[in-house]
Amino acid sequence: MQGERKIRVLIAKPGLDSHDRGAKVVARALRDAGMEVIYTGLRQTPEQIVETALQEDVDVIGLSILSGAHMALFPRIMELLKEKGLTDVMVFAGGIIPEEDVPELKRIGIKEVFGPGTPTENIIKYVLENAPKRS
Amino acid sequence: MFDRQKIEEIAKEKKRWEQTTLTNWVKQCPERRKEFRNHSGITIKGLYTPEDIKNLDYMRDLGFPGEYPFTRGLHATMYRGRLWTMRMFAGFGTAEDTNKRFKYLLSEGETGLSTAFDYPTIMGYDSDHPMAKGEVGVCGVAISSLQDMEILFDGIPLDKVTTSMTINGPASILLAMYVAVGDKQGVPREKLGGTTQNDNLKEFFAQKLCIFPPKPSLKLSTDVIEYCARHLPKWNPISISGYHIREAGATALQELAFTLYDGIAYVEETLKRGLKVDEFAPRLSFFFASHNDFFEEIAKFRAARRLWARIMKERFHAKNPRSMWMRMHVQTSGCTLTAQQPLNNIVRTTIQALAAVLGGTQSLHTNSFDEALCLPTEESVRVALRTQQIIAYESGAANTVDPLAGAYYIEDLTNKMEEKAMEYIQKIDDMGGAIAAIEKGFFQKEIADSAYRYQREIEAKDRIIVGVNDYTIEDEECPVKLLRVDPNVEKKQVERLQKLKRERDSRKVKEVLEKLHYAAEKDENLMPTIIEAVKAYVTLGEITEVLRKVYGEYKELIII
Amino acid sequence: MSKLEEIANGVLAGNRRSIARAITITENTPEEAQKLIALIYPHTGKAHIIGLTGPGGAGKSTLTEKIVREYRRVGKTVGVIAVDPTSPFTGGAFLGDRIRMQELSTDEGVFIRSMATRNNPGGIAKATKDAVKILDAAGKDVIIVETVGAGQSEVEIIKVAQTIIVVHAPGLGDDIQAIKAGMMEIADIFVVNKADRENAEKTVMDIQAVLQLDTREKTWIPPIIKTVAVTGEGIPQLIEKIEEHRVFLQKGLLHKRSLEKAEAELIEAIKEQVTGSIIGKLKRERRFEKVLQQIVDREIDPASAAERLLNQELEKNSQNDEA
Repeated sequence: MQGERKIRVLIAKPGLDSHDRGAKVVARALRDAGMEVIYTGLRQTPEQIVETALQEDVDVIGLSILSGAHMALFPRIMELLKEKGLTDVMVFAGGIIPEEDVPELKRIGIKEVFGPGTPTENIIKYVLENAPKRS
Repeated sequence: MFDRQKIEEIAKEKKRWEQTTLTNWVKQCPERRKEFRNHSGITIKGLYTPEDIKNLDYMRDLGFPGEYPFTRGLHATMYRGRLWTMRMFAGFGTAEDTNKRFKYLLSEGETGLSTAFDYPTIMGYDSDHPMAKGEVGVCGVAISSLQDMEILFDGIPLDKVTTSMTINGPASILLAMYVAVGDKQGVPREKLGGTTQNDNLKEFFAQKLCIFPPKPSLKLSTDVIEYCARHLPKWNPISISGYHIREAGATALQELAFTLYDGIAYVEETLKRGLKVDEFAPRLSFFFASHNDFFEEIAKFRAARRLWARIMKERFHAKNPRSMWMRMHVQTSGCTLTAQQPLNNIVRTTIQALAAVLGGTQSLHTNSFDEALCLPTEESVRVALRTQQIIAYESGAANTVDPLAGAYYIEDLTNKMEEKAMEYIQKIDDMGGAIAAIEKGFFQKEIADSAYRYQREIEAKDRIIVGVNDYTIEDEECPVKLLRVDPNVEKKQVERLQKLKRERDSRKVKEVLEKLHYAAEKDENLMPTIIEAVKAYVTLGEITEVLRKVYGEYKELIII
Repeated sequence: MSKLEEIANGVLAGNRRSIARAITITENTPEEAQKLIALIYPHTGKAHIIGLTGPGGAGKSTLTEKIVREYRRVGKTVGVIAVDPTSPFTGGAFLGDRIRMQELSTDEGVFIRSMATRNNPGGIAKATKDAVKILDAAGKDVIIVETVGAGQSEVEIIKVAQTIIVVHAPGLGDDIQAIKAGMMEIADIFVVNKADRENAEKTVMDIQAVLQLDTREKTWIPPIIKTVAVTGEGIPQLIEKIEEHRVFLQKGLLHKRSLEKAEAELIEAIKEQVTGSIIGKLKRERRFEKVLQQIVDREIDPASAAERLLNQELEKNSQNDEA
């Protein structure tokens, strides 16, 4: 019996906003691309997101936020990931995130930021190419 | 509307035309696609003729404006008498910031206020709650106590404006605060005019800002409806909302059907309180989205009005024609706005706003072109408001009632929307009603499937979004100036709140909260107790906390 | 120290990162999983393992959450394994069970892991068993395995449990066919969730009716517990029954069940290793392809071909032994 490697992705919604249309469409697209997708549901604290990533041993985290609180919440998530030793997890973000915030988000370790209107195809391709190769 | 013989003649001629002129033309110049369909999945024919509406009965299906079934409009003269209310949704930062924006909008000719609250307020958290971190005053104004509300309406006489408040879970609390401000200004309660969204049902499958489980949520909505029917005759206690259903990904048809079904559920629930249908139904109001498919939207608005009138008359046996009125507010669709080439959004908003006007709306909010990027600036809000004014004063669309009536396409589409919406309503009835359908995840699944289909169509270029999947610009520069909420808002707001908590009469606070707990357990109408509580400066978070204890918290049912 | 030993030590120390990594190994690399389990196996056998299954929409996740909370209240640590199906078309999976338990995810005494079936009934059953052992070795007092009760593979998964709870709810379509198919025999406790709904009594009676069809002699009659998971109603009674069943098992049946489970696992392991090595060897020989062609040409049927190949193989082995 041969096991198979599957990319495991956590799609998480930090913050209080409830715009989950994008997060769900992305979750569904990644699943249809053959990945195992864990969705946290709305309004997750940074602690919950990181703890979930740890227990589920995911390769990738996608953060979706449209409330404008990303500069308050993302740094905390990245910090916690480091604290728990989850440094090999690839993190990307999406939602309404102004262009001018992107450099700072990349500086703290978010690999990519996808704005509104990004085709899911691009996200799938990005994840397939950039998901960490772990044993 | 036509006699049979004429129809037969037209049908015969149409067949001839198809075999000759059409066939010859298509040979030289084939159609752009094999099939044309609107968002709702209705196939659109190349040509509509009287044959398509041969069963339309003018008096039965259209009638006259101001009369049943109100297809042509609620009022006899529509916009010839009074233009729609131009109501722009606004709110950010502290109460002071939004108060300033309100005064600006009023000075620019806006005629009604519309309040956006920040997420902590919407979710029933005070600004100093841990969950509020980073969110205070960001997407709306932060209101934690009556003190904030007093500042929000400072210098705005509540008997001179009408105010719409986009609030659901804590609707009764915000309404109580508004009543308290009115009391302080000396405005009699029967003069308070405005709307609380207060539509908790759609939260479960569309907007998802739910605090409590479905049953207590429906109870809280009904409390407000009942209280207003008895004490606030000019207040619209609820705005039964399709907007969020649509924004979550539903088609126009699903938006129509699910919204009307929610309406049915509220009527049924309020009847259980011992009120007669004509005692509260005239104050029910509706809220829809307007998307890009111009004719589909117009047909949706017309079908909605007719269908609601029929439901109220036939299902609930309303006698007062006003009970059959579907008064509606329309907002242009936020999710159609693109971050790419944002100025294009002005054009989209114009098309959508015009559809709403031709559909006969009572009030309208137009989105600002920069909203896919951030909160709108004063400049972009002005353009949005000007869009409405141009339609009102320059386009001529407001000069006659229901100008598109009688158009073969519009009438056929109106019929189809009504028909298919009725099929949904029947299906939900069979399922056991709105709450049963929510618990089964029916709405959620329908909407998620539509959203996914829409996205697939865009990615397959089966649906073109200008600037997004075609006519794109490489390395686009962001041309808009972004509005940033002052990071000190949270600090200022939290300080004010904590000062209030120190200085108010804490014995009274404790006493009212206990009373509220008791009232909630006894299943009483909570409005009077909540008014008493806010007047004692009990905070929104404290009131919600008590209700969370009694009702429990809702955990979402995830349907992807 | 090898990487596996390091992970095994981490698991035994209750390190959450190690537990998570260890479960990934059981999912992805069976050979390593075998070595890992060998390292931790002596430390297993302490947890009480609960299986929870039933049709979609019965409220299993909410029920699981409430059971976990109740165990936490009395100071026990809990592991949860939530199994969801893999799409047969895309190979992807949506793992959504933990959404209802998200508040528990930051509780140090709880570990929740979602697993997909990966279109491999035998495989997931084995991976789940291994994951249970990992949580067991990590010191969890109670382990709950939750899965949609849809088919044979789920029955296989749930058999890892000592106490099996089958959940149903009124209004899921009035048939309880979903329960009948294979679930009836394995249930130790029935739960009728959403018992505040109108037809709850009917669901209870339906289950009773089916239970009465079972005329086998029994020392444990599966009780039917009514719950409203959303409000927590009936959860203490359910826990009480679970504990009762645990004590009942300890009085005698547990040893018998452990032996049965050990036998099943041993046979499964033998099958896997024997077939794995023989097939691997055969595939490397030209004979294998020749026989395949013969089967396609209808010169021999597959079963006879297998018999012939195996006989040849056994003969070779015995010759080797003699030599």
